[in-house]
Amino acid sequence: MMAGDMNDRCDMVLLVQAEFDGELDAARAADLAVHRAHCPVCQAAEAELTRARELFQGDLYQPAPDDLRERILAQLDLATPAPTLARPRRFPHFAAWRPTMGGFGLGAACAAAIMLLVLSPNQQNLTEQVVASHVRALQPGHLEDVASTDQHTVKPWFDGRIDFAPPVRDFAAAGFPLIGGRLDYIEGRPVAALVYQRGKHIIDVYVWPEAATAALRPTTDELNGYNVVHWTQDGMTFWAVSDVEPGQLRAFAAAWRKPS
Amino acid sequence: MAAPSRNPSFEAVVLPHFDAAHNLARWLMRDGPAAEDVLQDAMVRALTYFPSFKGVNPRGWLLQIVRNAAYSSMKLNRGIELVPIATGEDDPGAIADLPSLDDDPEISLIKAKDRCRVRQLIGTLPVELRETLVLREIEELSYKDIAEVTRTPIGTVMSRLWRARRLLVQAAGEYRRAS
Repeated sequence: MMAGDMNDRCDMVLLVQAEFDGELDAARAADLAVHRAHCPVCQAAEAELTRARELFQGDLYQPAPDDLRERILAQLDLATPAPTLARPRRFPHFAAWRPTMGGFGLGAACAAAIMLLVLSPNQQNLTEQVVASHVRALQPGHLEDVASTDQHTVKPWFDGRIDFAPPVRDFAAAGFPLIGGRLDYIEGRPVAALVYQRGKHIIDVYVWPEAATAALRPTTDELNGYNVVHWTQDGMTFWAVSDVEPGQLRAFAAAWRKPS
Repeated sequence: MAAPSRNPSFEAVVLPHFDAAHNLARWLMRDGPAAEDVLQDAMVRALTYFPSFKGVNPRGWLLQIVRNAAYSSMKLNRGIELVPIATGEDDPGAIADLPSLDDDPEISLIKAKDRCRVRQLIGTLPVELRETLVLREIEELSYKDIAEVTRTPIGTVMSRLWRARRLLVQAAGEYRRAS
């Protein structure tokens, strides 16, 4: 079916895919960008990956219907749990699976070039901080300091409270209405927390300026049942936290990343 | 069920991933009732094995159990993989359950149809490509976690993912040309 297919003729194609999936560290991604700039095969691969991902834009997640959940849990003699914050997860170590990479269908040079992204200790720490902050905020009365669905009310509220102007946008049309904002502290510094609703779920987005390098594509993490999506754009760093399904949280991040 | 089987930390550690378990079962089995059986089987197994669970990745652990249960079920019922996708995935109820993202009912309908079509296309992929693609694109696992859940080397995960995406894009293109 794929005979004569040029896309399989560059050993770097799976690296293009790894970069697309946020699995390359910045240095490797930069190396790859140099190669891709003059490799039509890799450029075509990138376009194809984008087309494939576009097919997943609809909400394809299939959560368990409530009645099924109740039925199975009743059979197990379990009650539906309240979310709890357990001890912090330790992250599995990269070296543990490195030897398996010998099995690549790629050239040896390629295999040597692979370096998949693992969250830095700093990012792990931030994941824990934003999840803890999100859980704290879910306690009654802590969710928002300014409760408004109007971005033009929420945005000025931050004036004078923090030393930067966070972007405030409403995504009601995409199913993520803005419901308010509050001041929070991450890494010991005041940050803007924007609060959104998705059905019965709350999504917190923590925003602060990042003297960042290139814009970082969204990366997903999970801690104690909460999903976290982190990305950077326009000189700001974004951490979205919620108990909504990862697919929905990523759709939320995608809405943010679309130009307003 | 007897009281000793109750384990409060199972509820805290494993149950937050119940939706993920259902999602994977549904995509693997492509058929609602079969997925429910698999999920139930998997949850019983998970509860049984939980005392020996020492890992740090409960979602991956549970998904691995779901996958094993699904594969056992497919082996027992040879042919379940052969059920044409349209019978399982055309379920209008599943579409109706999805929240509408648009106020315009016509656009909503078109989107729902597209989603339905994408579901069918994913459903036509061979199971080993389908599970890799679903774990990456819908469950959003890292390559490393997919490798763990599917007990497959990372290199194989990467090439399966690539093949799955290519096949999907190709099938979507053919569908568009045909319609």
